[in-house]
Amino acid sequence: MDVMPKWAEVVLVPLISLLLAAILSALVILGIGEDPVAAVKLMISGALGSTYGWGYTLYYATNFMFTGLCVAIAFHARLFNIGGEGQAMLGGLGVALACLYIPWPHWSLALLGATTMAAIFGATWAAIPAFLQAKRGSHIVITTIMFNFIAAAVLNYTLVNLMRPAGSMDPATARFPDATKLPTLHDMLAPIGINFSKAAPANISLLVAIAACIFLWVLIWRTRLGYEIRAYGHSESAAKYAGISPFKITMIAMTISGALAGMMAINNVMGEAERLVLNATEGAGFIGIAVALMGRSHPLGVFLAAILFGFLYQGGAELALWTTIPRELIVVIQALVILFTGALDNMVRMPLEKIFLTVRSLRPPKPERKPVEPAE
Amino acid sequence: MERQATAAPAIELKGISKAFGPVQANKDISIRVMPGTIHGIIGENGAGKSTLMSILYGFYKADKGEIFISGKKTDIPDSQAAIAAGIGMVFQHFKLVENFTVLENIILGAEDGGLLKPSLSKARKSLLKLADDYGLRVDPDALIQDIGVGMQQRVEILKALYRQADILILDEPTGVLTPAEADQLFRILGRLKSEGKTIILITHKLREIMETTDTVSVMRRGEMTATVKTSETSPAQLAELMVGRKVLLRVDKDIAKPGEVILDIKGLRVVDDKGVERLRGIDLQVRAGEILGVAGVAGNGQSELLEVLGGYRIGTGSVRVNGQELDLTGKHSDGQSRRKHGIAHVPEDRQREGLIMDYHAWENTAFGYHKDPAYRSGILMNNAAIKADTVEKMERFDVRPPNPKLAAKSFSGGNQQKLVLAREIERNPDLLLIGQPTRGVDIGAIEFIHQQIVALRDQGKAILLVSVELEEILALSDRVAVMFDGQVMGTRDASATDEKELGLMMAGITEAQTPPMEA
Repeated sequence: MDVMPKWAEVVLVPLISLLLAAILSALVILGIGEDPVAAVKLMISGALGSTYGWGYTLYYATNFMFTGLCVAIAFHARLFNIGGEGQAMLGGLGVALACLYIPWPHWSLALLGATTMAAIFGATWAAIPAFLQAKRGSHIVITTIMFNFIAAAVLNYTLVNLMRPAGSMDPATARFPDATKLPTLHDMLAPIGINFSKAAPANISLLVAIAACIFLWVLIWRTRLGYEIRAYGHSESAAKYAGISPFKITMIAMTISGALAGMMAINNVMGEAERLVLNATEGAGFIGIAVALMGRSHPLGVFLAAILFGFLYQGGAELALWTTIPRELIVVIQALVILFTGALDNMVRMPLEKIFLTVRSLRPPKPERKPVEPAE
Repeated sequence: MERQATAAPAIELKGISKAFGPVQANKDISIRVMPGTIHGIIGENGAGKSTLMSILYGFYKADKGEIFISGKKTDIPDSQAAIAAGIGMVFQHFKLVENFTVLENIILGAEDGGLLKPSLSKARKSLLKLADDYGLRVDPDALIQDIGVGMQQRVEILKALYRQADILILDEPTGVLTPAEADQLFRILGRLKSEGKTIILITHKLREIMETTDTVSVMRRGEMTATVKTSETSPAQLAELMVGRKVLLRVDKDIAKPGEVILDIKGLRVVDDKGVERLRGIDLQVRAGEILGVAGVAGNGQSELLEVLGGYRIGTGSVRVNGQELDLTGKHSDGQSRRKHGIAHVPEDRQREGLIMDYHAWENTAFGYHKDPAYRSGILMNNAAIKADTVEKMERFDVRPPNPKLAAKSFSGGNQQKLVLAREIERNPDLLLIGQPTRGVDIGAIEFIHQQIVALRDQGKAILLVSVELEEILALSDRVAVMFDGQVMGTRDASATDEKELGLMMAGITEAQTPPMEA
């Protein structure tokens, strides 16, 4: 029997965690002599107060959805993929190759082609550590971290030596052709009469990310493959008994994971920058870990957590812009949220479970099976 | 006995209650254990025996009730306090550091000061004295990993005695011992008793209670249902008190009518990851309509035998099922292909292998058979069909509570085992591999599980039964093979052998005139 009702598990625990993180952040802001209430107001108005703010929040959220799903699917197979960052970098390379060297007739085909390339590049980058883990026992946490550095070096080399347009001093590719330009939310919402900010980078990739959430939900909870992945994640010994190959599951789960991280590039590289630059991922691969933790590796949870982190990113940027709160403090606030929702989960959960148990035992007891006293 | 009746009881519990959330694990429990006696506590799994002992050892705090040690009211907030009060506990799963020596394990947690040397030499002296006093001889410099299970248990007892325990609690101490080792343990307990120690023996084995204890308390569903003098009770009465109804202690079965050979194993060898040969040329046959019991002390290759046959360990040699050669090494050496050969497997450890403890009951019903077309709709799994199937199976196998949406871990041991059995037996396999069918299963469920196994045999199926419970082997099997050190020591007709002969074979002793294996 579960100790807590499901709604408490899914809604209450993360909400209380968030509240605690907010309180602590407020204290920190007070500590440096700023007004926390004003700061919150600014964050909300900056991130959610205009379609411009929303556009940025959703743009970041799209990135985090992809990387969050990447970590989540690996978690289901009890694999800790810390390599989302590197896989997303390689995905960017795939997108750049697709956009620069193939003459696409229409953005929709370009999106399809770029998504495929991004997924293949990301998947390949994840498949190598997966293979090393499955065949050689090299720990995937270590190898994926190392592969992040290798990816950064590969990207650096490629951009500086191979893909940089002649004469440019900037380690970046040339601008992608116009045919690969993705419709932004402004373009998409204008026909139905909604005037969305033109300057915001949120684009059609958001829909791809949402589709990925749905796809992953079906995969995990409704298919035989998802059943096998979860079984392997819960108990490797039982999986072996059932005839589920650990090698196969490790490879497949990591390949899907890497593909999802790679696909982030259609948002930040193709949708926003429209060229591949160094450090295009901006740490989104790591934020994915927090998103997956907070979202309990459930696609819906990942979706919501990604939007929350999108809000924190955009709101934080606004804070840095309009107040004297330094940028570093924004990072502190984000870290607090990650700490409370991800790492300190049990700190909230355990007292809450106790409260639920106490409430249950205090509730007027149901007619207990009292032995009827026989009349003597 | 007369003398002790006047002394204060070594342990007296008064009105102990403990609830875990809505579950009342202990309800108003009172017992008195006289010094210098062996007191048995018997009950089914989940009856609350372990909770009670955990309260006594300071792992849990009782909601209500008092503890008196030697007549003095004592508070036991943690295990340090329990040790200080003279209570020692020998757990079912030993708490020893494998790569430490016996001596190092004994002082672990009881070191004096920062330097090891003085503690070790002090311990060495008192160890010698303990060995003399109680006949508990061990090599203080042997590594734990190099000594046998019986010896390890002795180290656990010594650990308690070294901490000056007057009261010893032993939790299911014979689960991992051979009959001979168990006898030895009981001799040691007898000696400890005669030296004035008080012993509490927790077990579910009626025979041990009858043979060793002075008094016995029976627990059922968190309550103490009776405390009786062992000399004034009988196994049948105890079983009834435990379960709350009359229990059949013997398995009712007709004489087997063996048909053709279903499983034919020739020269099966297994080398494990460390390069140790675990199976050294096994030859066995199981016919349709018979139960072949494989007896042996745990760790003599029975697990490896089941794993190779179940498809998740690599072996060499020849295994034929229904005349078809099994792939032992290659691509088709996995659980899925084995199931296609008509082999069903109830693994030895249901919690590690047979079930995914976090999966719902219905998800576990599909486990291993999740590629069955009946469980499929298009590319998706047909969860509704699986759930419906689970409801049926739960009803036929009397799984309680009959709720397919509960996680496997929420069921009791017996009901978990029924879930696995229902899944495997209802597949109507030609060959059923079944390991430790009733380990950690309560008496009521044992009866049911045994009936199901015999029923499957009577349908003309071949059954390979592995169990470390000799009683179970003798009760169920038509023929018994004994394994020792990766080899089959011999095969006997169950009706023509007894515990003594099998016990000798389990210890690796064969008579010169072992009859040749039948063709």
